[in-house]
Amino acid sequence: MDADGLHLSLDYLGSSGVILSTEQKASLQNSLLLLKNREKFASVELWGKITGIQGEYFIAQGIGNDKLSDRKCHYSTDCRKWAQLPKLDDSARARALKVEGRFMGDASYEAEYIEPPVNSSDPHATGQTVVVREEDRLTAVVDAISHDVAVAPRGAYIKNPQEVVLRNRSFRGLSIAEASNLNSYFHFRPAEELDKKSLIQKANLDKAIDFLDCIEDDIPHGQLHVMLIAMTIITTTSLRYLWLLQL
Amino acid sequence: RPGNRVNMATSEELAFQNAKAYLLKNSTISGINMYDHLSQIINRVLDERPDNAVDVVGDLSRDLKRTAFTKESETIQETESPSGAVALAQAQAKLFEVTTEPEEAEADEDLQPIVPNVAETAFYFEQTGVGLSREETFRIFLALKQLSKDQPMETVRFWGKLFGTLGNYIVAEVEFKDGEGEDEQMEGEEGDADPELPQRDTSEDQEDEEEKADEPPKSQYKPPPVIPREESRMGTNKKIYFVTTEPGIPWVRLPPVTPAQIAMARKTKKFLTGRLDAPIVSNPPFPGNESNYLRAQIQRISAATHVSPINYYQFEEDEEEEEEEARDSFVVNTEYEGMSYKELADPSLSGWVHHVQYILPQGRCVWYNPVQKAEEEFEDEEEEEEREEPDEPEPEKGPPLLTPLSEDTQLEGQPPWSTTLSTSFATSYTIVGIHSNQWPGAHAFAIDRKFENVYVGWGLKYQPGCFQPALPNQGEKEHPVGEDITETDDPTPEEEAALRAAQEGADQEEEEEEEEEEDDD
Repeated sequence: MDADGLHLSLDYLGSSGVILSTEQKASLQNSLLLLKNREKFASVELWGKITGIQGEYFIAQGIGNDKLSDRKCHYSTDCRKWAQLPKLDDSARARALKVEGRFMGDASYEAEYIEPPVNSSDPHATGQTVVVREEDRLTAVVDAISHDVAVAPRGAYIKNPQEVVLRNRSFRGLSIAEASNLNSYFHFRPAEELDKKSLIQKANLDKAIDFLDCIEDDIPHGQLHVMLIAMTIITTTSLRYLWLLQL
Repeated sequence: RPGNRVNMATSEELAFQNAKAYLLKNSTISGINMYDHLSQIINRVLDERPDNAVDVVGDLSRDLKRTAFTKESETIQETESPSGAVALAQAQAKLFEVTTEPEEAEADEDLQPIVPNVAETAFYFEQTGVGLSREETFRIFLALKQLSKDQPMETVRFWGKLFGTLGNYIVAEVEFKDGEGEDEQMEGEEGDADPELPQRDTSEDQEDEEEKADEPPKSQYKPPPVIPREESRMGTNKKIYFVTTEPGIPWVRLPPVTPAQIAMARKTKKFLTGRLDAPIVSNPPFPGNESNYLRAQIQRISAATHVSPINYYQFEEDEEEEEEEARDSFVVNTEYEGMSYKELADPSLSGWVHHVQYILPQGRCVWYNPVQKAEEEFEDEEEEEEREEPDEPEPEKGPPLLTPLSEDTQLEGQPPWSTTLSTSFATSYTIVGIHSNQWPGAHAFAIDRKFENVYVGWGLKYQPGCFQPALPNQGEKEHPVGEDITETDDPTPEEEAALRAAQEGADQEEEEEEEEEEDDD
């Protein structure tokens, strides 16, 4: 959620148990503004927090011109100092995602797991031990969560003729009927399933608005649920990750 | 060619007619249409011939619209069906009504309030980063107050909030006054069906002995004895729980929990849906529906994560210590002074104790020996001698009440609880919060002489890796395999022919022998 209106947006999520302490909110208001200024972002959004055993990670995304692809992730353990998350190549990402168990809370912690032996005729062969830094694991997990669960309502973002994704200033929100329907939400990530649609389906799409994958096309169904909280606020929760909420 | 020209004319005509029809469409808002309006403007302009007509055409248009006749009232009234939000708000409006008379309010002030200061607890939790929004907490407080008025209870507490896929649950923990709150319908409920009583079989045997030989063999299966649930106010049923989906909707009482339900809840992992009558589909089959599953999970969470600072509760001193019986009650220590934040936030967690009894693997807090009762039930059975006596099961033991958290088992090297301080800037005012890693969502805080527990989560225990439900049982054997019932292959045609040939050969030899004997005579 945007750092400018953080207080207000967080209030809406309170009924789902997502709250920050007063100290954290005060620190974030201050440090996010400084981060935006330092890195020359167009805007900064608080992505969320990941709770480890000994500490927590707060993740913020700095956004440039293109709201979809121009995002840089930063993390912090105390809401004051922010560091950029490293970039990973595919093999490092695959390794990082194999680590099991909770995060520690310390960015320099190194987790290990044992790679099962491949094509080995020896039944007692143990695989190699692979070491993964917690920072790398954090990047991989944040990207995986965003890929699976980041959601935007239909019409909130538009793609201009130069193929830049922008916030739609004329978006007035969804009506209650539209909001309860899964069809009105898209995955907020570079489209993967759009090309697989038939030409007839694509003919009905508006190129400026419908440039993302729809949630309803997810297989298996039922991964994302829309719930009306107190009949006024819509939360979509992903059962896979148990958290990602969208107003 | 003439054909083409006709076609073009028709298509132009068609386009013209479409355009005119479109212009003749009446507006839904004002009832006039474009065609008539434009013709009125042109008429006016031609009549009045103003200077620079094109610049004032906008004013002309507005003028014409203003002077047109419009109906004031619509004969068809729009009835708005009340939206869900309005219905909920009306239900919640009742919560906000102040119902006590001023004289009653004065009398109430002397009595200790039943409903605790939920807002204060929520504030402390908020400082540790846990809880719900302030407005919701206030509504929950009002709903608890309403509950305490409806039912005669001793204490009530906000236990927590459980999330579901289609709706959430807000849970209140209630302890009724002595003698009150026994719901007779609840007492009569039984869990699973009792094992079939054998008395029916004996009467049949006496009558139909002749047919006994033809009857198919009866099943030898004896289901394991049903372990009875604990009485109200004891063990797993010490407290009663009420749930509601939103504050304002009437509270629903959850049924008492049986050991079978807790044992099954331990083996399965399900999301709640938000409907109390939803079925729970699992293997092994869960005895009950979502209300029973919810109650079992609430009990498991309470037993595992309800903690208090050490010495807050004490055992009563006048009880003699008996080694065999576990103590199950305690009192508040009036001389509790509070502990420093360092002791409470110590990672070894020796400053905290559990104050809810541990649930044994059997599903109860006090162990129940199933063998004794089984002998009484099967007294009349004829086959008692043939039945093997099961070995006496060993009594299950768990850690006693008020065990410090340092005794909790670690999961794969990760500590069972994490601690946080609400602020690192002011150590004299900091609130210590601890969060369970076994049941993510269970939290507790302590400061000075105050402490409290809450659960805000999905009702799922932490499990590294994926959950795998139990595989279905092996099918039972149809009949015992023995000498009189053995499966063998049918003889092949070759074997049959060989057998027949051997048989004929033997017969022939006999005939020849007989013939020889006759010849001999």
